[in-house]
Amino acid sequence: MEIHLSLPLPDEAVQDLKVGDSILLSGIMVTGRDAAHKWLADNFIHPKAPPSGEDKQVFESLREILSGSAIYHCGPVVAGLDTKQYRFVAAGPTTSIREEPYQGDVMKLFNLKAVIGKGGMGSRTLQACRDLPGVYLHAIGGAASLIARSVQEVLGVYKLEFGVPEAMWVIRIQDFPAVVTMDAHGNSLHDAVREYSTSELDRLLQ
Amino acid sequence: MKDLSKDILELIRRTSTDLPADVETRLIAARDNEASGSAARSAMDTILANVEMTRRDSTPICQDTGTPIFFVKIPDKWNPRDLRGWIRDAVAEATRLTYLRPNAVDSLNGRNTGNNLGSKHFPTIHFEETDSETLTIDLILKGGGCENVGAQYSLPDDRLKAGRDLEGVRRVALDAVNRAQGEGCAPGFLGIAIGGDRGTGFIASKEVLLHKTDEKNPDPQLAALEEKITGEANQLGIGPMGFGGSSTILGTRVTSEYRLPASYFVTVSYMCWAFRRRRMTVEGDQITYQ
Repeated sequence: MEIHLSLPLPDEAVQDLKVGDSILLSGIMVTGRDAAHKWLADNFIHPKAPPSGEDKQVFESLREILSGSAIYHCGPVVAGLDTKQYRFVAAGPTTSIREEPYQGDVMKLFNLKAVIGKGGMGSRTLQACRDLPGVYLHAIGGAASLIARSVQEVLGVYKLEFGVPEAMWVIRIQDFPAVVTMDAHGNSLHDAVREYSTSELDRLLQ
Repeated sequence: MKDLSKDILELIRRTSTDLPADVETRLIAARDNEASGSAARSAMDTILANVEMTRRDSTPICQDTGTPIFFVKIPDKWNPRDLRGWIRDAVAEATRLTYLRPNAVDSLNGRNTGNNLGSKHFPTIHFEETDSETLTIDLILKGGGCENVGAQYSLPDDRLKAGRDLEGVRRVALDAVNRAQGEGCAPGFLGIAIGGDRGTGFIASKEVLLHKTDEKNPDPQLAALEEKITGEANQLGIGPMGFGGSSTILGTRVTSEYRLPASYFVTVSYMCWAFRRRRMTVEGDQITYQ
C-alpha cells in the first residue's frame, strides 16, 4: 500500500518512513540539479564574494518554498517556452550521485525534508537525512511521461538562464510516485545492494 | 535529391517516443522474472506503463533525450553536406516540438543553445559510404546517465586480473556493470568493443548497439561470450533501478576491431532500459521506418 504524503513534511512523518516504503507525494516542490547545486554552493554555502542582489532575491524566494519541502533532481522537457504557459511534457529523475558533494549542505541550507532522484546518494547525504531529519525518495528513472502526469502545474521558474534542464522549476505535484531508499535512521537500500553485488562480483572474478 | 528533413524529423519522433518491439519484449520478460510484490517488479510495471503511454501520446520515453547519434550509410548519389544540413534542421525542429530536450551546452560558459545544435560533433553524425543504392539512417538517443558510466579498460588490468584475452574482456565487463549501478538505469544493455584506439573503441561500442537484441552474433566465440556476460551480470543482483532483483542486463553485443600491438582496449558502452534506436531507409521514393 502506498503512503500518501503532503509537502511540507512534518518531522514525525519523515521519522516514520523507512526504506522500502512506496509513497505518493503531493504539494509544491522545486527541481534542481547540477548547475543549481553548484550555484547554491558557490554563492550561499562557500561564497567567495557576496551574492548579487538578484541572486539573493532568488535565494530568499526559494527559501520560502523549500523549507520543509523537497528538491527534485530533474531536467524536464517543457512545452510553452515561447508563451511562458509552461507545461511539463517529460520529467523523470536524473542521476543523484553527482550532487553528493553539495546535497547535505543544501538540505541544511533550506531545511529540506526530502531529496528526490534516482540511483541513491552517499554517506554525507545519509548523515544529513539523520541530522535534519530527511529522506531520499527514488523515482523511476526513464518513466518520464508517466511522472510528468503527476505535475499538475508549473508555478514558476528560477535561473532559466541555466537552460531548460538545469533551471529551478517550481511545480505543484499530485500523487508523485516514489520509493524511500534512504531513511532518517541511517538505512540505505543502495548500500545494501552494492555490498551484495560487489561480493558477487568478487566471486565471479575468483 | 529530395529534402529529407521532414522524414528525419519523423525518425527522431519515433525514436524518442516509441521503444523498439525487441527491447520491449525483453523488458516484459524481465518484469515477469521479478518476484511479485517486490520493488523491482513495481519498477518494471511503471517502466512498461510509461512505454505504452509515450507510444500513444507521442511524448518522450525519457526526459533525457540524450545525445542524438546518427549513423548514415550513404550511396554515391547522395551528398553528405545535404544530409548533415537536413539532420541538423530536423534536430532543431524536433526540439521545438518537444520530442527532444534542449541538450547542447557550451562547456566553457554553460550556455544551452536551446535547439540541440552545438559544434560539429553535436548532434553526432557518422557517415559511411555504401555500394548499395539504399540510404539508411540509424539513430540512437543515448542519455547522460548511461553515457557517464561508459568505461574503457586498457588490458592487462592488474586490479581485475584481466589479461589480453576473452576472459579478460569478461572480467572488465562485469566490473563495468557493477560500477554502473546507481547511474545508468537498469536493466540495461551492453555494447562492447575489443580493440581499436581510444576513440574508435567508443564509436564501435555504440555502433554495435544498432543490432537488434534478438540478432545472434555470427561469431560463435563472441556469441558465447555475450551470453556469459549477460548471465553473470544478472547474478550481481543489482536489479531494476538498482532496487535489487534478477534483471540487471538484458543483452550484450561484442565486436572485435583491429588494434596496435601495444594496445588492448576493451570499451563498454552502457545503454539504459530506454534503448531508443530506430532506422530509416530511403529506396527511390520509398521511405520506411524500422
